[in-house]
Parts: sequence; C-alpha cells; structure tokens
Amino acid sequence: MKRDRLIGAILLVVALSAISGLALITVFIFREGVPIILRVGAGQFFLSTDWEPSLGHFGILSMIGGSLAVTVGAAVIGVVFSLGLAIVLTQFAPPALAAALKPAIELLAGIPSVVYGFVGVVTLVPLIRHSLGGPGLSVLAASIVLGIMILPTITSIAIDALQAVPRSYVEGSIALGATRWQTVTMVLLRAARSGIVAAVILGMGRAIGETMAVIMVAGNALALPHSLLDPVRTLTSNIALEMGYASGDHRQALFATGVTLFVIITLLNTAALAVSRRRAGRRRVG
Amino acid sequence: MGSKIQTQGLDLHYGKFRALLDVNLSIQPRMITAIIGPSGCGKSTLLRCFNRMNDLVKGVRVAGRVLLDGVDILGPATSLSLLRRRVGMVFQRPNPFPLSVFDNVSYGLRVHGETHRSRLVPVVESSLQATGLWEELKDRLDTSALDLSPEQQQRLCISRVVAVQPEVLLMDEPCSALDPIATGRIEDLMRALADQYTIVIVTHNMQQAARVAAETAFMLLGELVEFGPTLGVFENPKDQRTEDYVSGRYG
Repeated sequence: MKRDRLIGAILLVVALSAISGLALITVFIFREGVPIILRVGAGQFFLSTDWEPSLGHFGILSMIGGSLAVTVGAAVIGVVFSLGLAIVLTQFAPPALAAALKPAIELLAGIPSVVYGFVGVVTLVPLIRHSLGGPGLSVLAASIVLGIMILPTITSIAIDALQAVPRSYVEGSIALGATRWQTVTMVLLRAARSGIVAAVILGMGRAIGETMAVIMVAGNALALPHSLLDPVRTLTSNIALEMGYASGDHRQALFATGVTLFVIITLLNTAALAVSRRRAGRRRVG
Repeated sequence: MGSKIQTQGLDLHYGKFRALLDVNLSIQPRMITAIIGPSGCGKSTLLRCFNRMNDLVKGVRVAGRVLLDGVDILGPATSLSLLRRRVGMVFQRPNPFPLSVFDNVSYGLRVHGETHRSRLVPVVESSLQATGLWEELKDRLDTSALDLSPEQQQRLCISRVVAVQPEVLLMDEPCSALDPIATGRIEDLMRALADQYTIVIVTHNMQQAARVAAETAFMLLGELVEFGPTLGVFENPKDQRTEDYVSGRYG
C-alpha cells in the first residue's frame, strides 16, 4: 500500500512537470509575442501584407494566406488519396494485402520531413516548372508534398473510423441488394463521417505546422498567392527563416507569428476533438 | 400451388466444418414457416442460404440446390442484387442505418436506382403503414433512426425490406432483442404480413414458433430432423429427437 502511494506520487510529479513545461512554453510564447501585436495594432499585424522588419513594418497577412493555401491544398490531396486508401484497405483489398499495406503507410510517417522536402525539390519542383510554368517552387509543390506527408495520419484515423462502423450496417445494406460500393458511399461513409472529418482536421493541423519541407519547396516569397504556381511563405517558414538574425521588435514579431500558429492549431485540434466526441455521444443503439 | 423455396440435398461447409447436411425442405408461399433448434444447429445458416448472405463469409462452400420459384439461385448467373430484392431479410438486432427514418425506408429503392423523391414519398408512407409506424413517425421522418425505441427500430427494418416489395421475408430471430410486449406486437405484424409475403422465421423460442408458424422445421447439428405442420411437430412429433427438444429435455 505504502509503495503504491509512493509510486503514485512520483508519477504525479512526472505528469505535472510535463504539463507545467507545456504551460511555461505557452506563457513564454504569449508574453513574447502578444505585446508587439498590441503595439503594431491587431488590424495592422494580421491584415497587412507589408513585412519589412528593418523598417518596423510587421504585417503577416501574406504568411497567413500562404499557410492557408498550402494547408487547404494539402488537405484536398491528402483526403482524396487517404480516403481512397482507407476504403480499399478496409472494404475491398484481400486481408493479406491490407495487412501488408497498412504498416507500409504508417512507415511513411517515419520519414524525416527534410527528406520529403529534398525529394520535392529534386523531382516535383522541376516537373512543375517545365510542365506548368512558373518558378516551380509553389503552392502546388508544397501542397503535394504536404498532402503526401499527412497521408498516414488521415489514412490510419479514417481506417479506424471505417472499421468502427458496425458490421450489421453492412449486412443490412447488402441484404437489401446494395453492391459493396453502394454500401460504402450510402452507409459506411455516412456512418464514419465524424471520424473522417476529425481525421482530416488533424491532418490539416499537421500540415499547417510543418516547416522544413515547406521551406524547401514553397519558394518563400512574401506575397499573397494568386495562383497555384505562385511561391508563398508560410507562418512556420517565416519563423524558421528569420529567427537566426532577428532581434528586438523583429524577434517579438516572430513570436507573434508563433502565437498566431499556436491559436490556429489549437482551434483545429479542438474542432477535431469536438467532432469525434459528438460521434461517441451518438452511439447509443443497442 | 408449388413451393416458394425448395432446397435439394443442400450441404454447407465452413472450412472443414459441415454446417448443413443434406437439407431437403419445401417452403410454401404466403404463410409463415418457422425453423427451430438449439444454438449452432444451422438454422440461421440455412436461412442465409435463401438470400445468399453466406457469400459474405470467407471459406463457405455450398453444394446442392436452392430453388426459388423452381429456379436454382446458387449458380453464378444469379443476380445477387435482384435475388436480395426478392428475398428480404430482417436481422436479430435491429440494424437501422445511421440515417433519417425516410432515408432508411427509401434505401432499398435508392439502391435499385429510384432517386426521385416524388416517387419515394408514397412508398415510404405505405411501407411505414404496413408496419404500423406511420402514425407515430409521419411528423418525424427526418429524425435519425437511431433515436427510435428498439421496437420501432425493428419495425423500421421491416418497413425497409417491405419497401422494395419482396416476395419472401427472412427473419433471423427478429424479436430476441425486444421485450415481451414488443415481441407480441411484432408477431401480430408477422401474421398480418403473411397474407402477402412468404415468411421464414428462425427462432430459438419454441412458443414463438407455435404462436406464429403454420409449418415448422426442427434442425439439429446441421440436419433437418423433422418438418411439417406446426401442431404436428409440437404435439405429435415423429422423431424421438424432436420430442426430446420440444418437451424441453435439451436445448
């Protein structure tokens, strides 16, 4: 008994220190970042595209636009391929093939992001430059690279969501004369919808936070993109590119960029959690 | 009149396990036939031969013939979609889809290519009327089917099958998830539907078979032991094993 309590206390301390570490980081980022937003003015900071730290101009709209563009692009590419994969692996592929492919997809998550970026620069960027025009370093390149990077996240959560659909739904549908594919589109995807939405939101959270690969293929130009072939700079790239030489207000403005990212990702994660909770609350048949 | 469903020398294996053994059975149209027997006797497996739901199970081998209106349905030429439209199934646990009441009932029609809402609406109404749900649900067609009571859910599942105008209704222990009062009402519904449909019900509840079925088949270890008018099977069984079962000596 006494030992149990001791171990419990030790674990509590460990857990609390991890959480307090997180809390400290959060407090630090906000303390460093928020004052400059207030000084520049929130409107100016978030809605101006004028980023010229040496002149004291801090407007991050181009970066917000860049981040949103590559994230939405990545989500579109990621969703198409991930959903296709998840459906094939859970419904159509022979179990042996599914058992072999699933770990292979999860392996994709283990590849360092710099490798994705490197492959993108060497293959994808020239391909886009030659076949579609523009500099190649672009929203499109970043979207494709990010789309592949978030594929394992979305696929594995979508697989879980599809596998959680009760078998009785499938039987009921087949017994009414539906084909496998009709069953997938008319019942399975509807039944797994909240899980799939949560998967996509989590994938977007990963995409918007990714830095290294994006710096390598997005082009990092400081302007709002007007086409898929325009180069962009994301919020994450901005911090990584400039932190080496930033000081004073500039450094604080980078922290403010971090605050912006932090808020966006927290909102995305909260949304994903809310959606998957709603699903859990819904399951009361029986 | 000829039999609606007839099996001839029907054998079924799950891998090495022989689940059905030379079953020969004739099911008459427009009445209720019950299949009874202890757990694992093959009664559900037999039922699932009639709409070929066993095809979903890996490693199943079937031999013999299953005739629907005299035509063998086991061959590769059978359209499974059409077969399952003609032979509908109601399951042990109510399994409405996580869709609205309307979308559940219209599901079969939509699967078979009818998408015009104007043509779905009257069918949904008549199908809900057929199961006595219309008055309760006519103002709630857009609510989720998962919010209904278990009895309503099972009625909805019957409506869903009725909507595609099948010829045969297969019911796999349709009341085992329901309370006695709901069970009684579903049995009333079955008797009413027997005017129009050939109904085959699998049940482990002998009293239920006695209450609803005109004919009863008793199965044991994959074999059809006895088959005939319900009264005869229960009161005057020809086989000792049937007598032991209906008198409660095992099962």
